[in-house]
Amino acid sequence: MTVILGIETSCDETAAAVVVDGHQVLANVVSSQVDLHARYGGVVPEIAGRAHESLITPVVAEAMVEAGVNDEDIDVVSATHGPGLIGSLLIGVSAAKALSLGWNVPFIGINHHEAHLYAALLEEPDMDFPLVVMLVSGGHTMLIEFQDHGKYKLLGATVDDAAGEAFDKVARYLGLGYPGGPAIDELSKEGDPDRIKFTPPMRNEGLNFSFSGLKTAVVNYVRQNPEAETADIAASFQAAVVDVLTHKARQAARHIGAKGICLAGGVAANSELREKTLDVCVEEGIQGFLPSRAMCTDNAAMVAATAWWRMQSQGPSPLDLGADPNLRLPFID
Amino acid sequence: MLVLGIETATPQVGVAIGGHEGVIASFHTARDRRHAETLAPAIQFLCAQTKLDLNEIGVVAVDIGPGLFTGLRVGLATAKAIAHACKVPMIGISSLDLAAFPARFSDRLIVSTVDARRGEIFYATYRKTAGGIQRISEPHVDQPENVANQLNANPEDCLVVGDGAQRYADTFENLRGVEIGQEGFRYPNAGSLVELAHPRALREEFVTPAEVTPLYLRAPDARINWQQRERS
Repeated sequence: MTVILGIETSCDETAAAVVVDGHQVLANVVSSQVDLHARYGGVVPEIAGRAHESLITPVVAEAMVEAGVNDEDIDVVSATHGPGLIGSLLIGVSAAKALSLGWNVPFIGINHHEAHLYAALLEEPDMDFPLVVMLVSGGHTMLIEFQDHGKYKLLGATVDDAAGEAFDKVARYLGLGYPGGPAIDELSKEGDPDRIKFTPPMRNEGLNFSFSGLKTAVVNYVRQNPEAETADIAASFQAAVVDVLTHKARQAARHIGAKGICLAGGVAANSELREKTLDVCVEEGIQGFLPSRAMCTDNAAMVAATAWWRMQSQGPSPLDLGADPNLRLPFID
Repeated sequence: MLVLGIETATPQVGVAIGGHEGVIASFHTARDRRHAETLAPAIQFLCAQTKLDLNEIGVVAVDIGPGLFTGLRVGLATAKAIAHACKVPMIGISSLDLAAFPARFSDRLIVSTVDARRGEIFYATYRKTAGGIQRISEPHVDQPENVANQLNANPEDCLVVGDGAQRYADTFENLRGVEIGQEGFRYPNAGSLVELAHPRALREEFVTPAEVTPLYLRAPDARINWQQRERS
């Protein structure tokens, strides 16, 4: 039995979790700073850094109390070391290395994207490979072929804005506040998704995405139709995003002969996307994996789960590991 | 009682271990500003060379700034996590106190500075006392020219130390009665941190990790803009 402490501070959540053997979550504490950043309409790096610094030790302590484990029970300390905001990442990496020194246990640095891929696996440890993972967040939109542990192939990605970024920008334009994803999701339930036809660019061109044109289309529509219902605009925009995402996930699954489609990242919490992805899986006769909402957004349980697999394949990281804001997944060609 | 001192508020990374016999071991580097990469291996190295286990440390002392925000937080996060893991208390000491400490044998007024970037310096004034230094002004951030004008108006001889003074040497060196400190002492020293923290540790003047608060002296960028927007 291996007890792993995970730490995640790549953006605006200070998180710590205790996970046994990569799937048994004993504690998963997330302290969100969203209220600190909401008035600015986005994450302010310096405010995030200050909050992480004051929160990290209490959050780790809380996770351990919640898990009912003592210091000597921890076998490995892991932390996200990229990609993300450099000033935020450094807090988690520094704290994790210091804990590993203090407790005399190995440290392992984890790729934030890889952790998102493992978020679904954490709850469904018996998935069959290969899988298509659709990683959709505020920073990324990727279709990834998950061939086996540690073996990933990039099938498609956004050429401009990320899907979550499009949600945030449109929400801000419509005056729905920050973060935009949940706001649009909620309002869309009252709107008519077929009222306005927004066509996502590149819908029928390969597996790459483009979302910046969609945001412009919404802005233009509102200018020309100032009387339009905000709920209808939100619902129609969301329908267009979900349509292109699920369409390409289906293409990708057929292309690689996937056994299942798996959602990951913050936008995977979107209720419409979850429903339509399951529809695709049923139609294609493959498995669908929707991580719980807590596993979609940034958390440390997925970091600790990934660390368990990484410990077996590559072992611990050196103590001179720093943070890499542009860290990439090690894709195979 | 053994003290582990961690100092990362400037381009330098410093670690020292010491106790009643003074500083036993120390490490400093001011190359490349790789605080997060360097700090943990440096602590491990010092422990190995002194054959000390981190669990023999009785208190963790840390530089709380003012200084460069990101580097400062690497030291604070590391120090707090070690104190948490080893279940020991902490002592926080200002970078300005540390930069002033090596000048404690001077009878002159000591002005301790830390480069704050963006054309400003953090500074505070000190006087020597029996066995140490005493801060006689609150830490501030200001343009070096304004600090120089204040010194000019003061008839007292003074010694300006720290990397703020080094960076703006042109501003300070021609003032009457003002001397700039030695370049080799421009960064706060982790050994000074251990020396200043040890007597405090013996007096049990320590705090919990949660009570160690960084001294930023500057609001985050976005907040400044927001306040300006609200005013306009």
